[in-house]
Amino acid sequence: MTLQDIIQQLDLTVLTRKTDFGGIAPASGYASDLLSCVMAGAKRKSVWVTLQAHANIVAVAALLDLSAVIITEGAMPDPSAIAKADEEGIILLSTPKATFEVAGRLWEMGLRTE
Amino acid sequence: MNEGPIRADRVITDGAAGLITRVEELAYELKIGEVMTSPAKTVTPDMRMSDVLALFRDAKVSGAPVMANGELVGIVSIADLIRALQENNTAAAVSEYMTMQVTTLEAGSPVIEALKLFTATRVGRLPVVDQAGHLVGIITKGDITRGVLRALEYDYQEEEVRKYRARHLFEDIVSDRTSLTLRYKIKQGDFAHGGNASSHIKRALVRLGASPQIARRCGIAIYEAEMNLIIHTTNGGAVRVEIEPHQIVMETIDDGPGIEDIDLAMTPGYSTAPDSVRELGFGAGMGLKNIQRCVDDMYLDSTVGRGTRLEMRIFLKPDEQLGDSSSPADRAGRNGGASQ
Repeated sequence: MTLQDIIQQLDLTVLTRKTDFGGIAPASGYASDLLSCVMAGAKRKSVWVTLQAHANIVAVAALLDLSAVIITEGAMPDPSAIAKADEEGIILLSTPKATFEVAGRLWEMGLRTE
Repeated sequence: MNEGPIRADRVITDGAAGLITRVEELAYELKIGEVMTSPAKTVTPDMRMSDVLALFRDAKVSGAPVMANGELVGIVSIADLIRALQENNTAAAVSEYMTMQVTTLEAGSPVIEALKLFTATRVGRLPVVDQAGHLVGIITKGDITRGVLRALEYDYQEEEVRKYRARHLFEDIVSDRTSLTLRYKIKQGDFAHGGNASSHIKRALVRLGASPQIARRCGIAIYEAEMNLIIHTTNGGAVRVEIEPHQIVMETIDDGPGIEDIDLAMTPGYSTAPDSVRELGFGAGMGLKNIQRCVDDMYLDSTVGRGTRLEMRIFLKPDEQLGDSSSPADRAGRNGGASQ
């Protein structure tokens, strides 16, 4: 499963620069809004689902080498956060769906916690 | 180059994956104007096909836009020339053999747009225009290949030179004990820059030759410590990292307010963060626990009213040491993993 499949099937909006999403294969998934829990729990190359939308999610994603961040419930990061994500090569995706539904859909698609 | 559609089932080795992804990224990053041939050799509709033959031969091109009064009116390619030769009609005017319906590309568009058109139309070259529609150049698949290779080489050299320099730091400078110290000032409440120090430290460690695992552990520990300074201190504080080939010592210092009960602060889930900070996702009460998990040694000293000092150490095993002071066998192993 590639990030392209996830973006298509969950109808996600890509907030950062377009890149070859078909060439990115997330290894696992993680969902939490508490950054320290993410630091402790999210594996490398995983997809992180959260409703946090401030610039610090970019720092967390970069430090953990995450594949992408899915921001739920329509929360929208600042332009500066998006610019920072582009700079760090972090992919930010957005959806109006709730975290529970996004996590469920990802699980159905075969993504696990590793 | 292969004219067929891009195959979805191609097999990519791990080593090639990084490179291919970068090539694909470049297709989005590079602009057509950066890789095109400019200015393009052009012809006029009233020139003869024999003139086109001479131009193609002398300029070593395989196609040319046809211009009349400064306007693009068509394109003539080597295929058109072959038709004229077959019909023994090289005395004919260009206007008889040229293709009139020409698709153009904008110089400011990403290279991927050209690749898409080449794949969809199977033409070999496309004229490039500026925003006003004026011809500024011509692009072929060869131009794209050259442009991407140039950009890749540049990327590669830049990062490799940085890594090379950094990795030799420890062996180039001779002392009984060499260390590199990085210092960062952290402002209280500065959430916008939270994580900057840890990102910079992580990048420095990778350049110095740290394994991704070591860089990640340091990154997480420093991030938590950095956020603690932003969230909990009165006047902010300082992050100091001392890097030696065999160990990394990280330290944060602040001047208050200090921690009342260190055992309680270390308890997972305990946090004194205010609600405004918790709404941002901080204050899970996991920070110090995360640090403890990532480092080999952690020392926390705090006095209420005076401040807090947190020291974290990571010891590097012989095969993880920084710099190139390791054995030749280690170096070979590290070079083998350079595609990470």
